[in-house]
Amino acid sequence: MANIVQFENVGLRYDTGQETLCDLSFSLSRGAFYFLTGASGAGKTSLLRLLYLSQRPTRGSIRLFGEDAVTLPRARLPGFRRRIGVVFQDFRLVPHLSAFDNIALPLRVSGVPEREVADPVREMLAWVGLSDKTDARPPTLSGGEQQRVAIARAVIGRPEILVADEPTGNVDPDMAERLLHLFDSLNRLGTTVVVATHDFHTLKRIPHAHMMRLDKGRLVDPTGSLRFPPPDTVQ
Amino acid sequence: MTMGIIASAADRRLLDDRHGTRAMAWVMAIMLFLTVLAAALGLATLGVAAVLDRQLAGRLTVQVVAPAESVRTREAAAALAALKRLPEVRRAVAVDPAHLAEMLRPWLGTDGADPDLPIPAMMDVDLTQASAATLARVQAVVRAAAPSARVDRQESWLGPVRSVMRMLSGMAGGLVLLMAGATAAVVILAARAGLDTHSDTIAVLHMLGSTDVQVARLFQRRIGLDTLLGGLVGMAAAIGVVLLVGVQLDALGSDLVTGLQLGVRDWVILGCLPIAFAILATLAARLAVLAALRRVL
Repeated sequence: MANIVQFENVGLRYDTGQETLCDLSFSLSRGAFYFLTGASGAGKTSLLRLLYLSQRPTRGSIRLFGEDAVTLPRARLPGFRRRIGVVFQDFRLVPHLSAFDNIALPLRVSGVPEREVADPVREMLAWVGLSDKTDARPPTLSGGEQQRVAIARAVIGRPEILVADEPTGNVDPDMAERLLHLFDSLNRLGTTVVVATHDFHTLKRIPHAHMMRLDKGRLVDPTGSLRFPPPDTVQ
Repeated sequence: MTMGIIASAADRRLLDDRHGTRAMAWVMAIMLFLTVLAAALGLATLGVAAVLDRQLAGRLTVQVVAPAESVRTREAAAALAALKRLPEVRRAVAVDPAHLAEMLRPWLGTDGADPDLPIPAMMDVDLTQASAATLARVQAVVRAAAPSARVDRQESWLGPVRSVMRMLSGMAGGLVLLMAGATAAVVILAARAGLDTHSDTIAVLHMLGSTDVQVARLFQRRIGLDTLLGGLVGMAAAIGVVLLVGVQLDALGSDLVTGLQLGVRDWVILGCLPIAFAILATLAARLAVLAALRRVL
């Protein structure tokens, strides 16, 4: 199965400090499910930022969708970003827009005609169980509801990769279970899913998921399965 | 996000307007009010200068200044007859001495009517063309017929007035350009402030794959619309002032100030100013936003 992401000796340094990420070399297979774990400050969010092209590495090579993402011209970034869905720990919903408009944003950004927006958005609202919150603005929603709106927004454009940063960090265990079920459903439809979490209970809920562990900016991969994923472990 | 000039309802909702950001429209109303006033002044004074040009070009005053009345009368008659024979002269009329005395009364009192006072005999002359050669020929003919005659171009008397009008027109044009520059500067500042205010929304849009042009279009459409709406309000107020001033000038009954009238072309130019400023503001906003966004990944 083809690799959708490939890191080679990637390092990331903010300003003049120490490297936040050091010598990362791994591949992500298309259609697989990955958990990214590690203690707070291990570099999980920085790694995700590299994945969703919010940050360029200080050194090394990143190939995304088969192309060099490090030297990718700025003008081509939007096209790549439309193929990546992102769920943030703090949701990053637009507070003055309704749940409907927040979820519709990726479609509108992609230039989907307005008459073709409503049906998929309502479908997504139903999928995340928020059909009755169509016109609600994020400040009036609970944390779990906001997280589901953020997930719906991230997946409505049928991204090839879904990146989620601590998606269960602000929700109760029942809601965490439901959110992971949503990710698993999406993964079964073919989307590569990368979920950053430090909750070990979360990891058990997706038995077929691969594990990536960061420790002080370095990837712990004793078996080498991330660098060379065996075909039988990949969906 | 739509690509057209008019934003869709969804696009308009993207930038939150609840925090008084539409103050921009009122700023633009004031800018356009001042701009339209300056432009109206410039166009009106330009019109007066053009009227003076048309009226004064080719107009002469002939004065026969011989001290002795009999000589003066004879020379004036000879000069008038000579002028009327010239094909270059469209019209030559003697100024009525009684009318002349009436005009001099404020300075000379009743002495102006004293036959012993040597008041020059005067003639108004209109030439068919205002070339230097024609003027020289007319002067030669007049002096041959009346040696004491002096020929003056009316242009030389009112030339300074025309210069003042042209200077006022230039100043008004400069003011309009300054206002356009100030408008562009205000728009750039507003666009930058808008980028700061909406930075979170823009970050989300970028993350979702929005291009810089799509983001810039949100700002440029809103600022362009604010400028157009504010500009129309400012223009309406300025036109009200211009019409009021016009009525006041008409009441003065002066030929010169009556010339301070705006023609159809002038009104069309004034009417185009809000549109021109809206286009300028749109371009300035687009360039400012694109330049700012280029600095982020």
